[in-house]
Amino acid sequence: MSAAQGKEDKAVGIVLVSHSKKVAESVARLAQGLAGGGTTAPVAAAGGTEDGGLGTSAELIAAAAARVDGGAGVAVLVDLGSAVLTVKALLAEGDELPAATRLVDAPFVEGAVAAVVSASAGADLDAVVAAASEAYAYRKV
Amino acid sequence: MLDADFFRRWMAATGAAVDREADRLTQLDSPIGDADHGSNLQRGFTAVRAVLDKDAPDSPGAVLALAGRQLISTVGGASGPLYGTLLRRAGKALGDAAEVSEAELAAALRTGVDAVAALGGAAPGDKTMLDALVPAVDALEDGGFAAARSAAEHGAEATTPLQARKGRASYLGERSIGHQDPGATSSALLIAALAETAQAAA
Repeated sequence: MSAAQGKEDKAVGIVLVSHSKKVAESVARLAQGLAGGGTTAPVAAAGGTEDGGLGTSAELIAAAAARVDGGAGVAVLVDLGSAVLTVKALLAEGDELPAATRLVDAPFVEGAVAAVVSASAGADLDAVVAAASEAYAYRKV
Repeated sequence: MLDADFFRRWMAATGAAVDREADRLTQLDSPIGDADHGSNLQRGFTAVRAVLDKDAPDSPGAVLALAGRQLISTVGGASGPLYGTLLRRAGKALGDAAEVSEAELAAALRTGVDAVAALGGAAPGDKTMLDALVPAVDALEDGGFAAARSAAEHGAEATTPLQARKGRASYLGERSIGHQDPGATSSALLIAALAETAQAAA
């Protein structure tokens, strides 16, 4: 297999960062469930602090991104406050996250579903980011 | 001129001040935050002192960059990336010079404070750490360490009547009024520790 072919075969990885381990894991399961029966894009949850408390762990985020990185890029979705700031700070470090890692400006649950569905369908990183961001445009009332 | 040892002593003094004031910081963070500012910063600066003892970086820039990296990794709340960015950017601005002047430190802190403002999207008056840091850096440029300390403390106290526009406290709207901002308070501790370190060295 050529390098180009190998890259085409790989899906964009998705990292879900929440203040809560349970929220991150549950949203990951929800998004994978809604992405359908086949093989889904790699998704990793990075929720809570390393000791299981509420908060954000730079180490868990970096490990999750490394886990889902197959070379096609990594889209990171976040919930609130320190989750946003920690990912931005890690991106600014330059070498903490895989090279093609993007922080996605999207609602957490809806964005996660859109990202996982589109990545599983073979969308590239730009398209995954766009799909997740567009979830903001869907008004509920 | 200020050498790496000065910067290690500054970080140690900040850690000691955070230890001393942790309960007060957490109390300030109870009505308008999630009541963990003191314990979060205590965890962060304990890790900073440990890594600085172990690695013994040999330039002021390296001390601040390493301390900042450690805060980003260990704090767990928004103050980690914010203080981490402040110290890392200031450290990078100092480069690898073995000694730096007070004016160079002031300019580097200005770079760090600007990076914090960009990261959090906040400005002075939003009831954040910037309300202590911005006047402190202004005063450091014009009047030295003691002036910076006093400006940071006044800046922190002056957050009490403000309504929070950033972070968790902003969800409280007008109910955030009447409480001193915990982030501005801990920023004043960082600057006070700098002034103490300079005074002890003089």
